[in-house]
Amino acid sequence: MIVATVGNVLVWAVWIAAAFACLGSGIAVVSFSNPFYSALALIGNLGSLAVLYLLLSAEFVAAAQVLVYAGAVMVMFLFVIAYIGPRMESPWAGGPSWQAVGAVLAAGALLVEIVVVIGLKASGRLAHSHDVGGGFGTPSYVGRLFLTDHLLAFEITSIVLLVAAIGGVILGAHSRRAADEVPSP
Amino acid sequence: MLGPSIAWYLSVAGFLFGTGALGVLLRRNPLIVLLSLEIMLNSSNLALIGFARHFGNGDGQIFALAVMAVAASEVVVGLGLIVALNRKRVTLDVDRLNTLRG
Repeated sequence: MIVATVGNVLVWAVWIAAAFACLGSGIAVVSFSNPFYSALALIGNLGSLAVLYLLLSAEFVAAAQVLVYAGAVMVMFLFVIAYIGPRMESPWAGGPSWQAVGAVLAAGALLVEIVVVIGLKASGRLAHSHDVGGGFGTPSYVGRLFLTDHLLAFEITSIVLLVAAIGGVILGAHSRRAADEVPSP
Repeated sequence: MLGPSIAWYLSVAGFLFGTGALGVLLRRNPLIVLLSLEIMLNSSNLALIGFARHFGNGDGQIFALAVMAVAASEVVVGLGLIVALNRKRVTLDVDRLNTLRG
């Protein structure tokens, strides 16, 4: 009993730390004027989300999150930001002010809509979660699901990645040719 | 299930989605628009994994991994577009990229 209580308090403490880190770094991404700092804040956001995934016993997805997002994707982002050069921009500047007001109103309306829909549809059914075994979310569990029930999704995902890689190569080659045609001043 | 119930995770996901939507709507630098889009995708991933844990069903985790792969492809194409725009000396401002406007 005491062990369960201590475990509960511990999980709550980790959850509160991760959730507030997640929300704070999310707001930081939107509000920093330097895109470099925004990208660094997004790395913190992804790391704290990986902690939340671990609390939801999704070990493999948490590991993939850290490897794929915080590793590969964010390195690519930082590389492009360094290539383009930092361009400061205040979040509220540029464009008429009614656009900023409309953006805040639209985002708030979306949030209210999510809360209302989830609250109406699922109230009462969210209190008691199913019990899962120790194997839930492990790499072998995810791999078995991927190669049995979701084989088509797995293959289509690989095709999507291949097409994206080809698109990236074509975009890079095309823009290099276009840059060569621009007469140097 | 130890710790907070699934509703707490869902509320974090909702707030995160709202934050990302605000960034997409508000910011004019396409790089930060892409970063905010990542926040929106990740909040939907959090909701998917939360529901997968809640119902004890692994399909949500599979969907989250597929969303991750699609997000990686989207970043490749988006960053390629931004680099191509930068090579053409176009100002990186989504309000000024209006040559395709009908």
